[in-house]
Amino acid sequence: MSDWPLLSLVIFLPLLGAAFIALVRGEKEVVARNARAVALWTSLLTFALSIFIWTGFDKGNPGFQFVERAEWMPGVNFTYHVGVDGISALFVILSTFLTPLCILASWKSIQDRVKEYMIAFLVLETLMVGMFCSLDFVLFYIFFEGVLIPMFLIIGIWGGPRRVYSAFKFFLYTLAGSVLMLLAILAIYYQTGTTDIPTLLTAQIPAKLQTWLWIAFFASFAVKIPMWPLHTWLPDAHVEAPTAGSVILAGVLLKMGGYGFLRFSLPMLPDASAYFAPLVFALSAVAVVYTSLVALAQSDMKKLIAYSSVAHMGFVTIGIFTFNVQGIEGAIFQMLSHGVVSGALFLCVGVIYDRMHTREIGRYGGLVERMPAYATVFLVFTMASVGLPGTGGFVGEFLVLVGAYQANTWVALFATTGLILGAAYMLWLYRRVVFGKLTKDDLKTILDLDKREVAMFVPLVLVVLWMGIYPSSFLGLIHGSVANLVDHHHASVAPAPAATGAAR
Amino acid sequence: MTSFQFSQYIPAIPEGFLALSALALLMVGVFKGDSHSRTVGWLAVLALAVTALLVIGSPVKTTTVTMNGLFVLDSFARFTKVLVILGSALSLVISFGYVEREKFARPEYSVLFLLATLGMLMMLSANDLMSLYVGLELQSLALYVTAAIRRDSVRATEAGLKYFVLGALSSGMLLYGASLVYGFAGTTAFAGLAKAFAAGEPPVGVVIGLAFMVAGLAFKVSAVPFHMWTPDVYEGAPTSVTAFFATAPKVAAMGLLVRVLAGPFLEMAAQWQQIVVFLSIVSMLLGAFAAISQTNIKRLMAYSSIGHVGYMLVGLAAANEAGIRGVAVYLAIYLLANVGTFGVILCMRVRGTMVENISDLRGLSRTNPMLALALAIFMFSMAGIPPLAGFFAKLYVFMAAIDAKLYVLAVIGVLSSVVSAFYYLRIVKLMYFDEASDPFDKAIGGEMRWVLAGTSAFTLLFFAWPAPLVTGAAWAAKALFPG
Repeated sequence: MSDWPLLSLVIFLPLLGAAFIALVRGEKEVVARNARAVALWTSLLTFALSIFIWTGFDKGNPGFQFVERAEWMPGVNFTYHVGVDGISALFVILSTFLTPLCILASWKSIQDRVKEYMIAFLVLETLMVGMFCSLDFVLFYIFFEGVLIPMFLIIGIWGGPRRVYSAFKFFLYTLAGSVLMLLAILAIYYQTGTTDIPTLLTAQIPAKLQTWLWIAFFASFAVKIPMWPLHTWLPDAHVEAPTAGSVILAGVLLKMGGYGFLRFSLPMLPDASAYFAPLVFALSAVAVVYTSLVALAQSDMKKLIAYSSVAHMGFVTIGIFTFNVQGIEGAIFQMLSHGVVSGALFLCVGVIYDRMHTREIGRYGGLVERMPAYATVFLVFTMASVGLPGTGGFVGEFLVLVGAYQANTWVALFATTGLILGAAYMLWLYRRVVFGKLTKDDLKTILDLDKREVAMFVPLVLVVLWMGIYPSSFLGLIHGSVANLVDHHHASVAPAPAATGAAR
Repeated sequence: MTSFQFSQYIPAIPEGFLALSALALLMVGVFKGDSHSRTVGWLAVLALAVTALLVIGSPVKTTTVTMNGLFVLDSFARFTKVLVILGSALSLVISFGYVEREKFARPEYSVLFLLATLGMLMMLSANDLMSLYVGLELQSLALYVTAAIRRDSVRATEAGLKYFVLGALSSGMLLYGASLVYGFAGTTAFAGLAKAFAAGEPPVGVVIGLAFMVAGLAFKVSAVPFHMWTPDVYEGAPTSVTAFFATAPKVAAMGLLVRVLAGPFLEMAAQWQQIVVFLSIVSMLLGAFAAISQTNIKRLMAYSSIGHVGYMLVGLAAANEAGIRGVAVYLAIYLLANVGTFGVILCMRVRGTMVENISDLRGLSRTNPMLALALAIFMFSMAGIPPLAGFFAKLYVFMAAIDAKLYVLAVIGVLSSVVSAFYYLRIVKLMYFDEASDPFDKAIGGEMRWVLAGTSAFTLLFFAWPAPLVTGAAWAAKALFPG
């Protein structure tokens, strides 16, 4: 088992499936059916394979595991180098877990150009998994940026009425941030002579250069995650994307920013990270409070959830820059649970959107009378989003707050305010959509979840509860690498005050 | 003067062969008449293929200077020559169907391609200001004629005339600069010039001469502010000729610029670097911003090529081996993506009439999915989005810029690439997001199909096996920076 190229299989199996779908020819209906089936089975198989990453993961080893390495670009020393550690392993599984659900979610709602749609999703899966596994900076960048192409097409071809505007905004915003990171990568390459991430994690970069590099990285990750005030692409992209596109956007693509901070900014640029931490705290605190208030005022369900994502990601950035174990573990856990929960919430919106073709909150009400199963599922995810103990949302937020309180009391105060506001907008949304009197005529014939939708939600509900009731099975995996990261960070920052003192 | 020795012509065998085949094909064309144009065309492609094999398989393995120092054959010349021949051959192949449908198929068309290619090969092997100029003029004269080959079309004639007048002006500037350089250095040989400049501060006359020469060559690569002719000529010339202009001559002129600046004038890098940085920045910016408002796809490609020249100049501005490697990689990837894009443009035909508005591409993904896929690949590649080939081209030139500490240039470069991404994406948007308009004619010809499949496969899959091209480019760059 251990000598399999497990990660490469997980990365490239979806691509193989996509190539297979591309070769399908024939009647439109037959092609669509085959494309759906192949995509679903490929993504399920990929998920099954990725489970081996979890089972085979050595929790005692904080370093990289399942490492594979091959020559790629001679002369410049870029290599094909992949591996996972505690920080990235679960993100890989999150990506492979969400993709089959996305394909299930698009089973009926996508009727046009099904073949291309499935190809786009499988390519997207390859790029997402590859990004979390990359241990070479240039390789990472290729996966990180490559994601833009399928996502641009998914929003632009299968999206809503303002899809063109949103697709362009999404693409250009993220591209503008990322190109600066590319220059930073090249600068690091010339500073240290390598783009190998494990080597760079322990490299010493001069403090002055760190500041510039940190800003370049920040431009990329802060757009991606997104942080206030760079978040404006997100509500547009979310609202216009098809349901499955929103799921992947919220579930995985936003996590790329947080992952980037954890993987690169913190360990490679420790001094600059410490220097800029107050800035991140300030922006995050604004994000948590401001976007929660904005969410309260939304009348479109998807937009509301999109703004709630920005607020939740504010927690993540706070957690990451606390530089303590609780904060960072909380941030990772929050990202994982948000990936599942917000993905699930978008699916919940998708379910009623497929039936009524509107996302206006005012067009619903009293759904519990006709759709009890749906109301239950939606309730679970609403509670998880609010952070009710016993759901995945609680653990992450609690750990972040514990970490934040140690680092900066004020930030913790604002973050807690955000929690309360979060409860307000989510519960109010639930109240308006599910409870109340069923007065709208067209809702009187609405049908409850069918078998496909049940199959889609059951795993999500189970995972959310599992994360809330027994978080140790996730945190155990994360802990080793995070402790290592925090130790390394404090070790490299500790001598800094003396050094700057001497410089003055 | 030494007496005639055959051995000194061995490095120039490919050029000799190409010259003879061009003359022979002219004879074939004259005797067989216009009805045999396609035969002559395929023979010309065959001649180019043989020339390429002669370049690759030349017995001369090391850097060799011959013909009294006029001609040099080194790895840089070989790399760029293969690119030029590839570009000429491919743009000749994709033009067959077009020239026949548009009824200007003549044997001279292919012969002029061969003569222009011959001029380019001479340029790339130039080792003296004289041979440089002769090669350049041979190329340019052939190109002026091809631009105006449709004598009955007012636009094509105008394009040819415009190209000729402005081209002559730039040649004049180049020649004036060369004469100043000769006047101050006392020689026209590159080796002698390099030696003359190595000794301390160059006299001001040489600097002025250098500036004129750079201006003349910048005209040939159409760098801003010497770019004005490009959109008009690209738009006015027959599309198949535009495809040729955008590929092989671009590579040749860029190769020549590199050979001159990184060769005899390398010691004066401090003087020319700021000129090149300026040309690069304004080319990238103008290429990015001016293309946004274009509605004609050929004009759009003209501005796109101006932008790409800006990126290539980033590599040259670095004035180091990594930079020249970057330029070489960029040229190869640019060449193939451009051949492919123009191939698609040559397929833009509705009920027998050529169309060239960007809006005609609307809904292409529904009416002709393979063509749309190919064009989308080229557009994403030119925008520099990984994992497509265009990303690696930009990666290598920016790498060199960072190496040379040209941070401002690099930052402006990547930001302008974001702007240019907008108009490349707009084409993808038209093809994929919009509703279909009139479908294009399906018959595009077998040879076109192969060229499109090959170039798009290269652009898409380059990431999987980049080693051969990158190694080749590094080998080419080494010739200019020995030791």
